[in-house]
Amino acid sequence: MMTLTEVAESLGLELLTSKGTDDVEVSGGYTCDLLSNVMGHGEPGNLWITMQTHQNILAVARLKELAGIVVVNGRRPDEETLRKADEENVAVLGTDESAFSLSGRLYRLLE
Amino acid sequence: MLKGLKADLHVHTCLSPCAQVKLSPLAVVKQATALGVDVVGICDHNSAENAEAALEAARGRGVCVLPGMEVSSSEEVHILGLFDTLQSARSLQEIVYRNLPGENDEKTFGLQVVANADDEVLGFNQKLLIGSTTLGVDQIVDTIRSLGGLAVAAHIDRESFSLISQLGFVPDDLALDALEISPDLSHAEAINRYDPSLPLIQSSDAHKVEEVGRCCTVFSVETASIDELRMALREQDGRGIIR
Repeated sequence: MMTLTEVAESLGLELLTSKGTDDVEVSGGYTCDLLSNVMGHGEPGNLWITMQTHQNILAVARLKELAGIVVVNGRRPDEETLRKADEENVAVLGTDESAFSLSGRLYRLLE
Repeated sequence: MLKGLKADLHVHTCLSPCAQVKLSPLAVVKQATALGVDVVGICDHNSAENAEAALEAARGRGVCVLPGMEVSSSEEVHILGLFDTLQSARSLQEIVYRNLPGENDEKTFGLQVVANADDEVLGFNQKLLIGSTTLGVDQIVDTIRSLGGLAVAAHIDRESFSLISQLGFVPDDLALDALEISPDLSHAEAINRYDPSLPLIQSSDAHKVEEVGRCCTVFSVETASIDELRMALREQDGRGIIR
């Protein structure tokens, strides 16, 4: 299984938080913008690909024990959310790519 | 003196592209009057341009109109903003318009009719009212509150465009006055499902004439002002909600 550090390097994702990612294993991915759906269907170790930036994403990631959150399309959570992510030990990453293309590349990487 | 006021705080008009064209401001007022609804909140998508006509149509008909708007946030959450005055609703509208990209395609989404109190067409709004603003849900709620309005998360039980569907749960730092449930479930079911930390209201979300007033919340208040409604939601000074 790949670590979040390896995945981020391979896919060129920018780490926006300070949580260490070397020991985080990525079991798969989940792509969705409806937090209610992620709460229902996200699996532990999934890397969550979304364009939602509201602070609630942190609670969902913790609740579902996700490997981390990748915010796509060049969007960035605000400073307060990133600060809280550090506090809550949630890894948030960013990319200019779309959810479609990032999901495709992550799928191939983990295959 | 306190009295029970039957309020449908979420009603669209023909300005919303998804609403019936015959749901004019006058039609809303007439239907509300016929059903004995005391208070009607005019909440079109991202616009308050038909609120004035509704206020005028309501004059002398024994129904109180509250000008408002159903604002779509960048997370695609629908938030109701209700006000005492047209001026406050217009202030919100100004901010919403500045942050609402796109133009309406009438063939795809429907007409956006601006009408007067006599059922005459004044024009067609060209903005993409069905779209979402670039404003976050926190910004929208804070703006509504700073303008003195009542901020309500719309139809939280719906599978789309609701606070719960989009954001999973109610953020505890959001300065909402209430959560709205749709006519699809009962108050008891909602309490059971959500165990809400905020007061619940229920309204029609009417897009058709016959839907106006199909679902209401009864407030025990002195008058139909925003302050009184807020006091009722907080159960202050004897005010409250009658189930």
